[in-house]
This record gives sequence, C-alpha cells and structure tokens, in this order.
Amino acid sequence: MEKKHKILVVDDEEIVRQSLFAWFREDGYEVDMAENADAALKLFEKGKYSLILLDIKMPGMSGMDLLIKLKEFDPDAIIILITAYASVSSAVKALKSGAYDYITKPIDPDELSHIVVKALYQKNLENENVKLKESIDEITKPDNLIGESHQMKEIYSLINTVAQTDTTVLILGESGTGKELVAKAIHLNSKRKYFPLVTVNCGALPESLLESELFGHEKGAFTGAHYRRKGKFEMANGGTIFLDEIGTVSNKVQVELLRVIETKQFTRVGGSETISSDFRVIAATNENLEELVKEGRFREDLYYRLNVFTIHIPPLRERIQDIPLLANYFLKKFTTSMNKKITGISDEAMRFMLKYRWPGNVRELENAIERAVVVCRNEKIQLDDLPFRISSYSLYNEAEDKSLSEAEKRHIALVLQENNWNISKSAEDLKIDRVTLYNKIKKYGLRKPE
Amino acid sequence: MQEIVLAPINFSNPELIDKIVTELGKFLPYKIRLNTLQLDISFAYSNERKQFYSTKIIQHLIPYSENVDGKFTALVEVDLFIPVFTYVLGEAQLNGKVSIVSLARLHEEIYSGISDEKLLIERTVKEILHELGHNFGLIHCKDWDCVMHSSMGIEEVDIKGIDYCANCKSMIQP
Repeated sequence: MEKKHKILVVDDEEIVRQSLFAWFREDGYEVDMAENADAALKLFEKGKYSLILLDIKMPGMSGMDLLIKLKEFDPDAIIILITAYASVSSAVKALKSGAYDYITKPIDPDELSHIVVKALYQKNLENENVKLKESIDEITKPDNLIGESHQMKEIYSLINTVAQTDTTVLILGESGTGKELVAKAIHLNSKRKYFPLVTVNCGALPESLLESELFGHEKGAFTGAHYRRKGKFEMANGGTIFLDEIGTVSNKVQVELLRVIETKQFTRVGGSETISSDFRVIAATNENLEELVKEGRFREDLYYRLNVFTIHIPPLRERIQDIPLLANYFLKKFTTSMNKKITGISDEAMRFMLKYRWPGNVRELENAIERAVVVCRNEKIQLDDLPFRISSYSLYNEAEDKSLSEAEKRHIALVLQENNWNISKSAEDLKIDRVTLYNKIKKYGLRKPE
Repeated sequence: MQEIVLAPINFSNPELIDKIVTELGKFLPYKIRLNTLQLDISFAYSNERKQFYSTKIIQHLIPYSENVDGKFTALVEVDLFIPVFTYVLGEAQLNGKVSIVSLARLHEEIYSGISDEKLLIERTVKEILHELGHNFGLIHCKDWDCVMHSSMGIEEVDIKGIDYCANCKSMIQP
C-alpha cells in the first residue's frame, strides 16, 4: 500500500482553505489546514508534510517569514507560495528564500496540479528507482498484450531491457499486431509511468493543423482560438510520446519532428516563449522505413534518430501457438460485456482459426471473436459464427473435396465477399445473370454475414 | 435499484443530451434517468468573474436530489468556478449524492475554431463519469487510461481514457 502524502494548507481565508482541502482530498492526499503562522508552526512541530502551500499575506507573521522559519525546521520541505498579487520582486524573493515555486490567486488548477505533481515526483524519484531495480525480472503489461510464444517472450525481454532507459524505440510490425500495446508496456515499466503516454496518430494529422496539434497555440493565435491549448509534445512532459504511423508523415512534418525530437524545445503557435519538454520518443510503423529512405520518401536523419532500439512484432500467423490464448481472452472479454453464456470455442472453429492467415492480425482476431459472440446461439463458438471472410478462406485450405463444384462454390463465396454481397456487381464479375447467381447461392448454401 | 439522474439545467440542445445519455449508458451499470430543469441560478453568478460558483449550485440542488435513489448529476452550459481557482470543469460531493459538470470549456471550437460534436460528447461523458466517481467515493487515479485520472485542462481530458480502470470500476458497482 502506497503511503499517502501529507499536505499543509496555510491561508487566512477560510474559503481558500476549504477549496484546497476538497481539491487535494480528491487527489487522495491527507490535508491539514492552518489559518495563520502560529497554527501552522504547531502542526509542523507535530508532523512531517510532503508539501506546504503558504499564503504570502496573512495577519501576524507573513507567509514569507513563515517560509524562512519552516525551512529552518526542515530544509527539505517543499513550500509553494500563493498570493493574490504577482510581482517579479516578491517571486524572486520567495524563490531565493527556498520556496519551491510561486503561484497567484485565483490559481489556474492546471498550473497547481503540475507544480504539485512535479514536486512530489522529484521527492519520490529516488525510492522509485530502487523499486524499478528490484522488479527488473517482471514487467507490467497492458491486459491485452498476450502471448506465451517464444517470439512474445523475446519481446517482453526487450521491453524490460529498454523500458528503464530513455532510449528512443522504433516498433515495427504489420497492422493490428499490437504496436501501441508494446509502446504502452514500455511506458508502464519506465520511471515515466506516472506521467502520460501521449499518442499522436501521424497518419491522421492534417498538415494544416499539425503545428497547433503538436506544439499547441496561444489564445488568439488564429480565428477561433479563444483559449490557449497545449500541444502533444508539451503534454508528454515527463512522460512518453508515441508517434504512430510515422511512415506516413509528409516531408514538412518530418522536418518539424526531427527538430523537436533533437532540441526538445518549441514555441506554441502565436507565442514567443520557448518551451522545453522532457519526453521520451517511441515511434511505430507498418512500413519498411529503410525502403522509404531509399526512395527518398523518408528523411535519413529522422530515420537514424528514431531507429536506435528496434522491436519487431511478428504477425499472428508466425506465432500460432498464441491464437488459442488470445481467442479465449477475447471470448471472456466479450461474453462478460455482452452477458452471454458461451463456454468456449468448438474444436472445428479453433482448427480453422489456427489455419487462417490473419492478415489483420490480433485486431482481426479480436473483431472475429466479438462478431462470433454476437451471433453465437450455442454453448460454444461454431465455425459458422466466425466472420464470412475467415470461414470462406478456411474452406479453401481445409477442403478435401477437389471437385469442380467445390471450386465454383469457393469462388462464388469469395466474389460475393469482395463485393460486400452486392448481387448485381458479383453477377457482373462472374459473368452470369443475377437469377443464376441466386440459384447457385441457394444450391451451395452460402449465407450473407450478419 | 439505484439510478443515475442526469439533470440538464437551462439546456439549449436536447438532442445533444440524448446522445450524451446513450454514450454514458455504455460505461455505467445503472439506469440513467433524465430530469430536465429550468432553474434560476443567478444567485451563484459572480459579476466580477463572469462565472458561476459551482459549490453554491450544488448546495441549491441538494433538495432536488432528496428523492433520488442513487446519484444526481447536473449539467450546465455556463462556466464554473470555485473562488481559489480560475475555473473548474465540474465539482462533486466526495462520497455524496450531487455533482455538477459544465460544458462551457468542453467545446472544441473555443480551442481550434472547429466544431466537433463527437469530441464534445466524449469529453462530457468523461467529465460526468469522473464527477460521479467522486460521488461514489473514488479519489483521483494514477492510471492515465482511467477516467478518474485528474484533468486540469482540456488537453488532459482528451488524453485520459473514457472508462474506469478495473480497480475504480469495482468501486462503482451496485
């Protein structure tokens, strides 16, 4: 059980004390309150506080004098001063006297939250590093990163090795193999885990919004920007930024990405302040970046900047021993959420699933099981419950029957599937009329997927 | 049987409310009942700040929640504050019955100039689930994928997940 941090709020205004008390309590902190310096000193003598919020202007001993006194008691105390009026000279004085930071009322909740989290994080860092070293043999995995195959065990080992460093990681793999899950596992096992994992789907970024999305903008930076907004790189401060589909980004975006990854600095659109952000980069692609570099579609310098530590996730067809494990995991997930009483997967359906090539990988398997759970009316998932594409593919591979009629059946099934069961289009492709096609569908017992 | 009462106050867009209720239902193991209210909340208005004091509105709503067997969440379109902070997206009685969520800062067009109703619904659902979590006694969660992670700005609302983590979910069960 993690020990709760204790926070002391010192302010002569009751409403401020009560508001901050409620706010910190929602964060799970233990909070004490004092209305003046004397009350604060009495509490301070009795107990140790992880953090003290101190109003600078109070009747009697001022916040500044109290700060100096508290620092005499405990030089490591983290003290944040709050005041109704900001002035550079008082800020400088506060910081010189040992205050951790300085904020003005009314407080921007975002600002206070970040100052508090950062302060307590730094305090915890030493202990956290010890814990990380102790747990080096085991990794925390997202629930759905599943597999006991030797390929997956190798990936867990790579995640373990790289997570505790700040090295840039490039994750390669076909669509649906779980690249984002591996990124999440790296983040969860790093010292950055209490800060966010910010995902940028590079393929979905319109160039026109790119700068604002990545670097943020100031209020009034463009028409409609009524509020300031932080960008993805700023939000990843302390954490990890996951650049998904990195192979799809335009040359202009590549230049921007390279610059910010190298300098870790940027300015918000419409702003002049240089913002630094401490983020770790994980990138992923299903494309062959080396080929893209050769073709001149991906910058070589960015490629080398990203390709420091590579994790290659094998397609599902190369780790078929994980299929039953994954299928049963998804079955449990969907039967629970849909409240259906399905106890398992029939041998026939499992056999077909093991033979299928799964071009959409784990994502396709998940979707197939979800669909099967929806349509299943038996105790176990049957072959017919699987999506049409999978069962028709399997027909090709499993069929013992080499007859012409069997070949015709399979061919019609595939053409229908390709045309999403559009009868006119399928008949046209097959160069037969619609009535003949209907008759053949009936003859071969083909069914449109639900 | 416990229920969640969602009470839009002086709301201008009933269609949006229906969409929010549909989406919200995917994440809560409770019946959701709508209780549309027309209320004068000018008593909570601060001329100086041009915002509404959320704690005062919550106090005012307590009588409306008395016959509710469950939790009571008000939805408003006005901007909310508590005195020490510049604004709040919502407020809840920790381990209590009443909470309030404001949509004022959840509209994408005030940040980028581009309207996005889907994103507005997602953000609203996240904030309702978050404040309801506090009503159920949950404190902020460290997991960024959990809707109970604290979010002090719209960017953090967008980053965190839309559902409760397994641990938090277990605490809101009937």
